[in-house]
Amino acid sequence: MARITASVYTSHVPAIGAALDLGKTGEPYWQKVFAGYEFSKQWLKDNTPDVVFLVYNDHATAFSLEMIPTFAIGCAAEFQPADEGWGPRPVPVVQGHPELAAHIAQSVIQDDFDLTIVNRMAVDHGLTVPLSLMCGQPAAWPCPVIPFAVNVVQYPVPSGRRCFNLGRAIRKAVESYDAPLKVQIWGTGGMSHQLQGPRAGLINKEWDNAFLDRLIADPEGLSRMPHIDYVREAGSEGIELVMWLIARGAMSDTLPKVAHRFYHVPASNTAVGHLILENT
Amino acid sequence: MALDKPYKDVPGTTIFDAEQSRKGYHLNQFCVSLMKPENRARFKANERAYLDEWPMTEDQKLAVMSRDLNRCIALGGNIYFLARIGATDGKSFQQMAGSMTGMSEEEYRDMMIAGGRSIEGNRYIGEKK
Repeated sequence: MARITASVYTSHVPAIGAALDLGKTGEPYWQKVFAGYEFSKQWLKDNTPDVVFLVYNDHATAFSLEMIPTFAIGCAAEFQPADEGWGPRPVPVVQGHPELAAHIAQSVIQDDFDLTIVNRMAVDHGLTVPLSLMCGQPAAWPCPVIPFAVNVVQYPVPSGRRCFNLGRAIRKAVESYDAPLKVQIWGTGGMSHQLQGPRAGLINKEWDNAFLDRLIADPEGLSRMPHIDYVREAGSEGIELVMWLIARGAMSDTLPKVAHRFYHVPASNTAVGHLILENT
Repeated sequence: MALDKPYKDVPGTTIFDAEQSRKGYHLNQFCVSLMKPENRARFKANERAYLDEWPMTEDQKLAVMSRDLNRCIALGGNIYFLARIGATDGKSFQQMAGSMTGMSEEEYRDMMIAGGRSIEGNRYIGEKK
């Protein structure tokens, strides 16, 4: 049977991708960000899974206002890096895992979560920046990736509670897959940031760190936090953090091992948070 | 019955909800069109003519031409869509975000390096700073 071995949480700021792609990683400003991922790159080499289930959001790239699904699971064999207006990032094509993705879609929809099955979808920085942070700049990504896009752009977005329960349904789906695959689930986005209006630039370190504490120790309680608390305390784009609850809900009910924790302000407009949690 | 929108009292913040999305549909789809290089070239060559191909309101067109992102957002724009205008102009996300705050580019960058905008005094409209 397949199983979820660990979860990774990280911000996915586009400027981080640009810094990597333009060779700015040695600059002091960016060194402070990338230093937090040195451990993680080695950890991923030592703990390469068979598949990464990567929860992220599309930023008006694959999905325009013609149609925005709340939850979309990528079931294709491959996904191209998107051109977001600055040209596509020079990163490898993302190889999918259609068999496991289809299995998860079948199981999770039967569990009352209305996923949209997607077979053609360019993936933007929301997905490729976490891969770059965890893998560096390889010629190919180290394993197949199932992209799982969540709408956090057009309100109302799914509640933290719904995301947490969806994670549980994904765990059940993975555990019913008849092959001994090691699966990691990554939750991305956040932490506190606001990209719009006169309040742009908002950062809330205290709130972010309390979020990390609760995500580790009390995810179920954290999942009951209403949207308005994210918006008010962590900025309008801080709402992306509900996606971390999907990954956390997919972990075992026992307390995980904290393999790594990192927090830094700023990367461009955003507070960078990062956790690696292992199932024990 | 009025819908529950508790986010209306957050200062300096417009939540892109279903109502804003309805207002901004054509404005945002115009932005999507700028993801194609040939459209960016046509827009840059004659902004007014390009905008006139879209069923946008006059206010929306003027807000785009003056690069007033706060106004664009009030008229239904969403920042991730509006970012395509910034990309067309060669602006970074930080330059775009900063342009909405009344600060200079340098002041905004320095604020971020110093830890960002404080939450204190920024939770509720009318709150004492």
